[in-house]
This record gives sequence, C-alpha cells and structure tokens, in this order.
Amino acid sequence: MLEERQKLTRRTLLSRGVAAGAAFIVGTGFVTGRDAAWAMELEHLQPTTMATLIQMARDIYPHDHVADAFYAAAVKGYDDAERAPIIETGIAGLDAAAQGAGFASYLATGWERDRVDLLRAMEDSAFFQTVRGGLVTGLYNQKAVWPLFGYEGESYSKGGYIDRGFDDITWV
Amino acid sequence: MTAPFDLNDDQVVVIIGTGAGGGVLANELAQKGVHVVALEAGGRHLPQDYINDEWDSFGQLAWLDARTTSGDWRVAKDFSGLPAWIVKAVGGTTTHWAGASLRFQDHEWKAATTYGPVQGANLLDWPIDPAEMAPYYDKAEDKLGVTRTGGRDGLPGNNNYKVFEAGAKALGYKQVHTGRMAINSADGDRVACKQTGFCFQGCKWGAKWSSAYTDIPQGEATGNLEVRDRAHVLKIEHDDSGRVTGVLYADADGNQHLQKARVVCVAGNSIESPRLLLNSASNMFPDGLANSSGQVGRNYMRHMTGSVYAMFDKPVKMWRGTTMAGIIQDESRHDPSRGFVGGYELETLALGLPFMAAFLDPGGWGREFTTALEGYENMAGMWIVGEDMPQETNRITLNHDVKDQYGLPAPNVHFDDHPNDVAMRNHAYGQGMAVYEAVGATRVFPTPPYPSTHNLGTNRMSENPRDGVVNKWGQTHDIANLFVSDGSQFTTGAAENPTLTIVALAIRQADHIAAELGRGTL
Repeated sequence: MLEERQKLTRRTLLSRGVAAGAAFIVGTGFVTGRDAAWAMELEHLQPTTMATLIQMARDIYPHDHVADAFYAAAVKGYDDAERAPIIETGIAGLDAAAQGAGFASYLATGWERDRVDLLRAMEDSAFFQTVRGGLVTGLYNQKAVWPLFGYEGESYSKGGYIDRGFDDITWV
Repeated sequence: MTAPFDLNDDQVVVIIGTGAGGGVLANELAQKGVHVVALEAGGRHLPQDYINDEWDSFGQLAWLDARTTSGDWRVAKDFSGLPAWIVKAVGGTTTHWAGASLRFQDHEWKAATTYGPVQGANLLDWPIDPAEMAPYYDKAEDKLGVTRTGGRDGLPGNNNYKVFEAGAKALGYKQVHTGRMAINSADGDRVACKQTGFCFQGCKWGAKWSSAYTDIPQGEATGNLEVRDRAHVLKIEHDDSGRVTGVLYADADGNQHLQKARVVCVAGNSIESPRLLLNSASNMFPDGLANSSGQVGRNYMRHMTGSVYAMFDKPVKMWRGTTMAGIIQDESRHDPSRGFVGGYELETLALGLPFMAAFLDPGGWGREFTTALEGYENMAGMWIVGEDMPQETNRITLNHDVKDQYGLPAPNVHFDDHPNDVAMRNHAYGQGMAVYEAVGATRVFPTPPYPSTHNLGTNRMSENPRDGVVNKWGQTHDIANLFVSDGSQFTTGAAENPTLTIVALAIRQADHIAAELGRGTL
C-alpha cells in the first residue's frame, strides 16, 4: 500500500486509470480507490482482477464501516507469483458466472444481493474457500481494524483492567 | 539448580511431558528425592515471553505437528488438521488452560453404576473411590491456590460475569459464582489477578497456576529434576523380559538420543500418549505397548462442549478481565429426566475479535456473520462443558499416510457424537440462551465446539486388565515399570474441567511410585 504522504502520486495514478465498478480505478500495474484514499501497485495480478478480488472480499465479509483499504490489505498477499494464477482463474470464473446472469462483469453488478447470489453458487469451490478462509485472519487480525469493532487488544502493558473498567457496566 | 543426569543412568524415572500430569509428577517425585529426567517436546516459555495476541500466541505455544481427523464432529470439517487446541511447551497446556479447578462429583467416579447401561457407550466405573481422592484433591487445591477452597476468596466478577450472573439468577439458578479458579484472588506465592484477559495465551503476571513457573522450577531447585526441553520422544524401548528400559528422543537439532530409565511415565496428553504407545510397537508387542486389552487409543473423550454468545443493546466488553471466572453448576447433576445421563457446567468465556471471527460460526460469511461481529462490543459469552460418553470407536489411530517431522505416522483423531452428547448439548444450548434472554439479549448464538482442549480417556484406568490400559495407580496392566500420568487415564470424563483431577492423580501417583521404588518393587 502506498503511504499517506504519497497522495499526490495517487492523484496522478487516478488520472491515468479507468473506472472498475463503482469503487475502483485501475491502470497499468495499479489499483486504487476512487476516493484516492489508498492505492496498490501490482506485480503479478491484473489490476482488474485485484479490484474484483477486493470487492469479493467485501461481499464475503461486508462491514459498511470498514473502508476498502482494509479489504485491499487483507488480499494483497495474493499478488505473488505462486498464487496469482489461482486467483486469475477464480476471478475469471466469477466474471463468467456474472455474465451468465446477465451482467457485464462481477464489478458491473449494482446490487450486493446479485453478487452474493453469485458467491453462494460457488461457495463450496476451493477458490471461494481459499479466499474466505484467508480473510478470517487477513481482515480480522489487522490491529488497525480492531478499534472499529471496539476491541481493545493487548492490555498487559496497561496493567490489565483491574483499574480500567473490568466490571464497569451498570445496566445489569 | 538443574541436575544433569547421564543418558546411561538407568535408575532415573523418565517423564514424557511437563503439563498438569507430567510437570506435577516430576516435582512431587523430585521433592521425595527421586531422580527424574523430564523430556518436553516444546520449548521453555515463561510469563515474560507470553503474548497478549491471540494468533501470535497460538503460533508461539500451540501443538501444530501433523494431525488428521475423521468422524461426524464439526471440527473434522472446519479444522481438519487441528483436532485439539493444546500446547507444546514446558508446562504443557497449563500455560493455556483457563484455571477452572473443580472436583468430580462423587457419583461421577462410578458412571457405569450410576447411569446404568447406555447403548453404544463404553461406560466403566473408575477403580478409585471418591473418599480415596478427597485428600489428594485437598493437596491439589492447595498446590494450585484454588479460589473458594482452603479459605481463599473468590475472584471479583467482570462484566461478562455480571451479565451471566444476572441471567442465571433470573432463571432461578442457585449455584452461581465466580468459580473455583487456580488464579490468585490475593497476592501470595503468585500475584493477584490483574483482570488482563488473555488467560488462554499464558498469564503474563503468573497469577494463574501453570507448572511452567511453579512445579517445574520447584522440582529443579531440589537438584533431583532435569528438564530437557525441545526433546521429542519418538519411542519407548523395552527388553526381552518386557520391561521398559528407556526412551528414544530427538533433540532440538533432530539428533537422536536414548535415555535409559528405571521407570517411564507417559504424560503427553490424550492424543500423543496413546500415539507414542502405538508407535512403540515391537515384535514382542506388535499392537503397541501396554495394549493387550486393545484399548490403547480408544474411548477418546473431549467433553460435550459448545458455547453460547449473546448480543445486547448495550456494551459488555466481555474480553476485559478473567476469561473464565464464572460458573453455573445447577445443571451438573445427574438427572435423566432431562433426556440424558450425566450433567454439564456453564462457565463464562470470552474470545478476542480475531478468535471470535474464527470460531463463532466457522465457515460462515455474509451479513448474518458480519452483523454478529459488528456487535462484538455488546456480546457476552459462556462455554458449555459436560460429560461425554466414552465410545470404543472414538479413538486415536496411526495414520500411515501422513508423517510428522520425524517420519513417524501422524495421529488420526476420530470422533462421533453419541446421542447422549447431542441431547445434552441441545439442552445446554437452550439453557444458555435462556440465561441471556432473561437479561434482554437481542440475538443469541449457539456456537459449535472448538478444537478440543479437554482430551481424555485414551489409556483408560480399569479394575480389570481386559477393560483398560492402566490400573488405579496409572500403572499399565501389562508393563510394571510403565505408567500413564495424564488425562488419558480417565475412565470417564465427568462434567468438570479435568486439570484439578489430573493434578490430584499425579500427586497420588508420585506417592505410589516413590513408595514402590523405596520397597524395591519397581
């Protein structure tokens, strides 16, 4: 992921890319959020494949209060020489299924419901299970995600909760 | 001071494993002047090393050697290579355990007699009388510093407990409290609990009892105990008379050594202990050591478990504080009118967000799943632990198609729920959900069992050598100088968390072994 200070670079990238679905801009060797909040350079995966994979990740574990950047981070590891072919094949299958259902591509569907129907139809496949299984840790084990769910993480360095509210609820 | 014993010293007692069974036995024998070499497959991790992070800690402590699964239990589908969540480290699974320290109820020592015939269950009475165990339970509670015993105060209740207690009382439950826990409620030899959470990840304060930083260093201080860590036992050797003579182990570098022994005690937990006996098969014992009964590896029990999580319209923050300091004991009685024999305990439980994502509904996805996690801060949780039925077909076998890092067959863990287990789990789900609904839960989650933490019964104790692997002292029926010292001795599982009973049995076994050595009969 590009750092915050590289926002200008992302703006430059935006101007060099084309829209992929509602949320993404893709260009040669990169995918970025349409809001330029994040960008990812790619070495092995086609940018549109990565954009579709990020959308798929969100559709599997949709949290409306969690930004695309976290989903992108969760699947970035698939951009390697060994795993990229599996992902290209899997996403091609997903797009084929979308076309069979009358959409131009998976990313071209408007409603989440339509994408979830496509995913349900393939949920027993090795590809789906690989992506889903990877997200369990890839998404929920990002420390930056934890505060979005209220989870406080490690507490030993703060002396535990003995003086910090281990029994502070009053509603029962 | 660590005692260095020679590989050719054939007078030492060799103990395989350093957890609740092996670690305690090692210290108890060392205190009596017996020379002990304890071989531990894992490394030495102490409180300063433990990590307040679920996956990082899992990577540090969990036993991750190759294992396979089969049977109708959901773990075989969701976690096919991880039948059990147990530890490979000095101190074994006492680093990971939650600290719940409950005695068996008297009738649970005599399950076959109390419950009568149960179709498909291989029930048997323990060859031990509850009165005989009482003084050893006293010693075990003192050793572990169990709260609500011996004049020790209970722990304070955390937020998760407050919700649990309010629901329990609304339902009319009477035996509700913050548990009998091997976690200090006041400073003593160990410090008082700081309500940090992460009890499962090793207690960084050392407030929870673990043999890693109590019995093991106490034993080492006598000069009679040598603990060799990262020493993975591959095989137990025997002579032409059928007595065991030593053990073959691989050190951290993979080099193999033979440690001679006068007595060998196996305490590798209920998957590895039978596996080691089976992997030690020889011309004289073609079905594995101590297996004339054919019972080695059979009657694998894991407790009837499950969890109930519930969502409320207000925050709970269940992860704050002691992970399991809360219990409802009213359902632990034997009352067949509920549709099953035996009973169960309900105990508070919290997972962090990363493990909640992995365990709440394994394989689940979509908004049903994600809206549950979005309520994480408002969740309360409890664990169900009840007696499961021993079945001969639930067993550890050698999987010759899968090898471990030493080229030895991996263990396969086969488990099918018994109808009694299913009936008890459904009852417990109902009661657990009712507890939370009584205090306003907006959504409840009857959550399937996790990989097993209570692994029991695969070298079970029996009066008659035909029915089990070891006698009332944990001594194998077939080989006089070979003992089993862990939860695999359990004849039946009872409803209670097993560690206190494993510790009490280890103290008792140490008395027996020391006495027999003194008499020259071992």
